[in-house]
Amino acid sequence: MSTEWPLWEVFIRSKQGLDHKHVGSLHAADAAMAIENARDVYTRRQEGLSIWVIESRNIHASDPAEADSLFDPSADKIYRHPTFYHLPPEVKNI
Amino acid sequence: METSLFNYLLHLGDNALILGHRNSEWCGHGPVLEQDIALTNIALDLIGQARLFYQYAAALKGGPVTEDSLAYFRDVYDFRNCLLVEQPNGDWAHTVLRQFFFSSYQYDLYTALQHSADTQIGSIAAKALKEVTYHLRWSGEWVVRLGDGTGESKDRMRAAINDLWMFTGELFKPAPYEKTLLANGISVPAEPLKGEWEGRLQKIFEEADLEIPPAPAFQSGGKTGAHSEYLGYILAELQFLQRAYPGSTW
Repeated sequence: MSTEWPLWEVFIRSKQGLDHKHVGSLHAADAAMAIENARDVYTRRQEGLSIWVIESRNIHASDPAEADSLFDPSADKIYRHPTFYHLPPEVKNI
Repeated sequence: METSLFNYLLHLGDNALILGHRNSEWCGHGPVLEQDIALTNIALDLIGQARLFYQYAAALKGGPVTEDSLAYFRDVYDFRNCLLVEQPNGDWAHTVLRQFFFSSYQYDLYTALQHSADTQIGSIAAKALKEVTYHLRWSGEWVVRLGDGTGESKDRMRAAINDLWMFTGELFKPAPYEKTLLANGISVPAEPLKGEWEGRLQKIFEEADLEIPPAPAFQSGGKTGAHSEYLGYILAELQFLQRAYPGSTW
């Protein structure tokens, strides 16, 4: 096609989960068609009970080139994990 | 009565099998991947429906008759499908319009058949209705999309209407076996189906900015075995393998 339909990201909620998980993307002319295409492409084997679609251009992502500065600084902050702290024996459960 | 029931089951099964086969011809050739899969799903739904009707018909007949022998070893004159479903795929407009015409009919037919005096037909109809509900929604949206789309898509939809309109009348023209079964409450009256079908057509065509042709939809014959030239070619492809290598499996 000379004029491509926009790209959409598809999220499916499975029988097991409460959350919609990203399963892939597809092309569609509008939201209604995107949901139907998602039904036809991604739920053929009973994968889902609910579908979300969002046009890919509406998703803003972090820059992979910035991964070092964004994510590495948290690597040595072990005190941010609850397991860092020793519980007094008197406290049985939290 | 039993012959009529057998013929009626073949009619219901053949409608589904032949349209399913037509749609399957698009597999790998769809305009975009997503719609290729959508139409292939519909094809599989229809072939699944055909199997249920053939299995019932085979059980009724007994002996060596099976769902496979009904699909693969009958000739053109023994097929009971209406002419609409055997018409060529043409372009996308022809394919989606044919689907809309047929699904819109099948939707009300199966809705009514759920209450058939024959409980097995009723169960098949209830199961298939969920599939048909989606086929109708999908095809109806495409008719609107193309009819109310660009100049070219509208022209193509109008051409499809011109080519396919004449075959729609047969859907509501009861064959002798349908009339016989009506008395037993097994088949359903055609007039209410026609009313529902016309009402939906009017609504969708209005939304699509398309006109309903004034011409009478006069073609018929498929339900009693008088088919267009196309069915022979469909069966040649559909039945080739079983005719050449009977009983082969894969």
